[in-house]
Amino acid sequence: MSGPVLSLRDVRKTYVMGDLRVDALAGVSMDVYEGEYVAVMGPSGSGKSTLMHILGCLDVPTSGTYELAGTDVSRMTEAELAEVRNRRIGFVFQGFNLLPTLNAWRNVELPLLYAGVSRDARRRRAAEALERVGLADRLDHRPGELSGGQQQRVAVARALVTDPSLILADEPTGNLDSRATADVLGLFEELSSAGRTIMLITHEPDVAAASARTVRIRDGLVDLATAGAA
Amino acid sequence: MTTLETFRSALQALHSHRLRSALTMLGILIGIAAVILTVGLGQGAQAQVQAQISKLGSNLLVVTPGSTTSSTGVRGGRGTSSTLTNADAQALTAVSVAPDIRAVAATATSNQSVTAGSTNWTTTVVGTTPSWAQVRSRDLSAGRFLTADDIAQGRAVAVLGTETVTQLFNGRSPVGQSVSINGSTFTVVGVLTAIGSTSTTANEDDQVIVPQTAFATRVAASSARAAVSTIYIEATSQGTLTAAYQEAKSLLLTRHGVTTTAADFTISSQQSLLQTATATDRTLTILLGGVAGISLLVGALGIANMMLVSVAERVREIGLRKALGATPSAVRRQFLFEASSLGVSGGVCGLVLAGTGAVVLPHFLSQPVTISATAAAAAVGVSLLIGVVAGVYPASRAARLAPIDALRND
Ligand SMILES: Nc1ncnc2c1ncn2[C@@H]1O[C@H](COP(=O)(O)OP(=O)(O)OP(=O)(O)O)[C@@H](O)[C@H]1O
Ligand SMILES: [Mg+2]
Repeated sequence: MSGPVLSLRDVRKTYVMGDLRVDALAGVSMDVYEGEYVAVMGPSGSGKSTLMHILGCLDVPTSGTYELAGTDVSRMTEAELAEVRNRRIGFVFQGFNLLPTLNAWRNVELPLLYAGVSRDARRRRAAEALERVGLADRLDHRPGELSGGQQQRVAVARALVTDPSLILADEPTGNLDSRATADVLGLFEELSSAGRTIMLITHEPDVAAASARTVRIRDGLVDLATAGAA
Repeated sequence: MTTLETFRSALQALHSHRLRSALTMLGILIGIAAVILTVGLGQGAQAQVQAQISKLGSNLLVVTPGSTTSSTGVRGGRGTSSTLTNADAQALTAVSVAPDIRAVAATATSNQSVTAGSTNWTTTVVGTTPSWAQVRSRDLSAGRFLTADDIAQGRAVAVLGTETVTQLFNGRSPVGQSVSINGSTFTVVGVLTAIGSTSTTANEDDQVIVPQTAFATRVAASSARAAVSTIYIEATSQGTLTAAYQEAKSLLLTRHGVTTTAADFTISSQQSLLQTATATDRTLTILLGGVAGISLLVGALGIANMMLVSVAERVREIGLRKALGATPSAVRRQFLFEASSLGVSGGVCGLVLAGTGAVVLPHFLSQPVTISATAAAAAVGVSLLIGVVAGVYPASRAARLAPIDALRND
């Protein structure tokens, strides 16, 4: 059977701040199938990052179910979730989240460290990933010694280094010029044709155009026509 | 993640906060060094006391005239009017009534001015029997000791302590020379081997030993001829010391026709006196060790505090590591490793400091410091334990953080 890899059913995420309740997600149902290339678009504050965090097993819904490859995520233990995040998902954060004390390749090797890869292999694979994003000559630079766009590409390299089957990218081209954007999109294209499932958030229609499907989100709700849910 | 990798990450993290790590380590360092040194001083003092016991003869009982109600065996009215006699000493040597007593030496002492040529020296003159050397475990460095013949003949011969020789003969060999005591001339026949002065007893190297018969006729005042000031008893072994004590006590009570409550003599063992001294040392050691232990506890709190601060300020890092696949146990291990590395390195540095102190301190305190391998191993073990215990709470706090909450933290 080939059910959806990602399947959300009536997922809500509510933040309570004093008397104020914010429904970052107000009942989202959507499916993403293996090998799909999906773009997520929506205004600022519409809940895109919140959605991505839930899909990346970094956050849990207030209600509703999320099944990853047929498994209900809420039933997994912390250690199982850690393994899923480590082996199956490559996550590009909106705010990069690089460790300032580590240089570029040390940042990129982190997921491999937790996967138990040997030191030599880690260094080699981290260098390869950085080369793919065009930073072969910045291996030993710390985040503070890199431009915003370069930091963003380090974050992309880190998401790719484990060769995950699912890539979740929160505005991976937000800080890039058109050439670097084209490079990163080319990379995603390559991965997509190699069968990886890709989901990326963007504000730019050009970027969204590269994908096969665009999911539109507004005020915590997904436009039903784009949700892909059965 | 392998243990080695965890360890490497932990060291990296400590390295990136060098100053803070060093200061935290210092707390453990001082605590461990203080504990090892105080315990080492205590053990050194005890070893010294043990050495004194063996110098004095470990199977030794000392009978002195006068009673005492004190349980510590402190002497009562010594020399007021001696109730002990040579006959008492003779009776104690009978194997039938006192099988656990090997040898007995009665002594009478008197402070006298001793003259050799024109040199004059005031010292203790001891009148005793040949068994004295055995009972007091003393050897001769020159000449011979008193013989049974000397006693029987009442010969005026003397054996000198090394200090006395130095004072009277200024390095010349005294054997064959004569000294004058209380107007009588004594021939020096031997010199005692030095045992070194001990803090708890009179100078054992400064005395003149003469036969008890010659002492009675030529040295003692006429009223105290038969009296002895101390009877030394050697038990057959350390294990029979108590039995020997009972035998001597009941025999002397019978001979003097008194009951225990009216006893006119006191029997003490050198060991019991020294044990009192040892106990005092031990109390002091425990007290100082306790203070040092508190400083170690403060050091442990320092580690816990630093780790908590470290967790708080590295919330983002922890969140990111978890987002990238660190399991809660991997995070916990990293923080535990950091804490225990601080503990162990503090402990090892403390040990080195204590080792230096053990070499340097005796020059200032004239007290030996003993650092045993067990104490050293225990110190490192304890500092590791401190690191682990101080790290457990911060580490589990770090492990419990939810990845996204941690990442959002600013
Ligand atoms: N931790 C939080 N506590 C309270 N409210 C939150 C929290 N995180 C997000 N929100 C709210 O949830 C809503 C959705 O936020 P989200 O970050 O998902 O937006 P977004 O679509 O990614 O926006 P952007 O395009 O600006 O990145 C926002 O209104 C935000 O204020
Ligand atoms: Mg966002």
